[in-house]
Amino acid sequence: MSVLSAYRLVRRSSASRKVAVLAPLGALVATIVLNLCLYLAMGKDAGAVFHAMLVEPLVSWSSFSEVLLKMTPLLLIAQGLAIGFRANVVNIGAEGQFILGAIFAASIPVWFPQATGGWIWPLMLLLGGIGGALWAVVPAFWRVRLNASEILVTLMMSLIATQLLAYLLVGPWKDPMGFNFPQSVMFQMDATLPLLIPGTRVNVALVLALVVTLAAWVYMQRSFQGYQLVVGGLAPQASAYAGFAESRAVWLSLLIGGFAAGLAGAAEVAGPLGQLQRSVASGYGYAAIIVAYLGGLNPIGILFSSLLIAILYIGGDNAMVSAELPVAAVRVFQGSLLVCYLAAITLVRYRLVRVKSEVRA
Amino acid sequence: MNALTFVLAGMLAAAMPFLLAALGELLAERSGVMNLGIEGMMAVGAVIAFLSVHHFGTHTLGFLLAGLAGAALSLVFAWLALTLRANQVAAGLAIGILGQGLSALFGKSYESRTVAGLPKLSIPSLSEIPVVGGLFSQDAVVWLGLLATLTIWAALRFTKLGLVIRAVGENPSAARSLGYPVIAIRYSCVMFGGLMAGFAGAYAATVYTPLWADGMIAGRGWIALALVVFATWMTGRVFFGAVLFGAVSLAQLAAQAGGVNLNSQLLASLPYIVTILVLGVISSNRRLLKVNGVASLGKTYIP
Repeated sequence: MSVLSAYRLVRRSSASRKVAVLAPLGALVATIVLNLCLYLAMGKDAGAVFHAMLVEPLVSWSSFSEVLLKMTPLLLIAQGLAIGFRANVVNIGAEGQFILGAIFAASIPVWFPQATGGWIWPLMLLLGGIGGALWAVVPAFWRVRLNASEILVTLMMSLIATQLLAYLLVGPWKDPMGFNFPQSVMFQMDATLPLLIPGTRVNVALVLALVVTLAAWVYMQRSFQGYQLVVGGLAPQASAYAGFAESRAVWLSLLIGGFAAGLAGAAEVAGPLGQLQRSVASGYGYAAIIVAYLGGLNPIGILFSSLLIAILYIGGDNAMVSAELPVAAVRVFQGSLLVCYLAAITLVRYRLVRVKSEVRA
Repeated sequence: MNALTFVLAGMLAAAMPFLLAALGELLAERSGVMNLGIEGMMAVGAVIAFLSVHHFGTHTLGFLLAGLAGAALSLVFAWLALTLRANQVAAGLAIGILGQGLSALFGKSYESRTVAGLPKLSIPSLSEIPVVGGLFSQDAVVWLGLLATLTIWAALRFTKLGLVIRAVGENPSAARSLGYPVIAIRYSCVMFGGLMAGFAGAYAATVYTPLWADGMIAGRGWIALALVVFATWMTGRVFFGAVLFGAVSLAQLAAQAGGVNLNSQLLASLPYIVTILVLGVISSNRRLLKVNGVASLGKTYIP
């Protein structure tokens, strides 16, 4: 404390662009150092972990393609969430919206396993988006009409979604030939996404995520509605004065966020998984919150942060195999990265000024 | 033992994880700071307590270390939110995710292991009354939890310290001009919240269900956050809300044991569904929230 209290934060007249770029990098370096210390304390070979986590995912095309695959849902979800976060609508329930998207998409191959045709996977994606958006209707209604915090309601909806998924997989949607595993039937060929790059598992959802990123960027930079959402977040009174309804911002944010998360969920079951299973809910919805903040709630920033978090996921898997690092270490890394980032971006808005008059030992 | 006796005897114990965490958050929010990281601080408290009890066999040390761990995490949150003026929502979420990760990491090799719980301390004669007698036979932490509830209630209501905390939450600038150190008071309240969340996690993992399972907090930290809103920031109502949730989670067990033919996933979702419904009912009463709410809650204070 004494070190800090010798300094004072003084607000900059305008946010520093240079620091805005340097802060995330500084935070990343600090996080890497902190976590390597943790691995050392756990008795791991820190150098080997570092190599497995942050170098290996990038050196071979096959592992980098897995990074791209992992990046897709994170990018999709985070772009949707950031729209809400910018408007002060804190949707932390993307995990549940993602699960509902997966469930809605799976309904077609589960109910119509014989169906064929090129229309199936696009319809599944659409259904997934709708499922995610529907799951976000409750928190939107609760916030707009009942004045309830969307933070708590979206989270509760996620916990319910996990139970709903479990119910379907041990009950009506369980594969009768699946040796009692909690999973659905394998989807037929036409109910899986076309591959984008031959020889890898990267599918068309990556293109979708990039299109959504572009749309989010245009939406934020150019469109009037994006402007409304930004104003609604920064100054509710000013936006009310300008005639922008706060409730519209809430509805739009949650429906778009839910749709994007649902789309990601659909792409996950119709993509790498090829069936509905418990592990579809593996925390993308929570990791995407980190991705969104880490990207500075900016669509282009989110492109980079989703890539980084995806590298960490694949690298974490590598480190689990090669250095016996528990998977939970990835979550610790993600959490500490956000902590370091939040600390670092203070310097974008404030300058550290040394207090000279005080003499401290 | 019929279902009513079962619920009456166990609801205070079931309520403790909610109650302890919510009391801590209540104080933090009364001072104007919303810490969304409760779930993570509880998870860390739970794992630290479990490891200590597993290795040293003493609950006192386990609770102490768990409380310290919770307080340490909340100190990081306070540093971000109060000193560095970061967004309180983002800082709370970051601490929550970090805490849950640390909990999973430390607890990894203890999955499914068990420790001994705590013995019940009974009030003679009262605990022998049929049906309600079970209420008077509780472990030491429940008795201390009840004492803590009374103390916090009295402190907020009758003491100068309570008045200062409420003033800091209501109008930090005015409190500062009266000479109160707003940031220091908020730091203390947030760290008290972390301490209590650590205790809450310790109780969940080493007394209520003395068995380690990753993710065992299972949303109870989030329900504790919701309880503070349900209670419209009043200590007595936090207590009743926590006991209500304790009773609901036990009734769920009693129903399953009694062979009630209800789907187990639906039963598990019950606390979350109840939370959403109650949140809607209480929050829609805007006047109540305005009268009892904390004016500066969640807003960054710049001295």
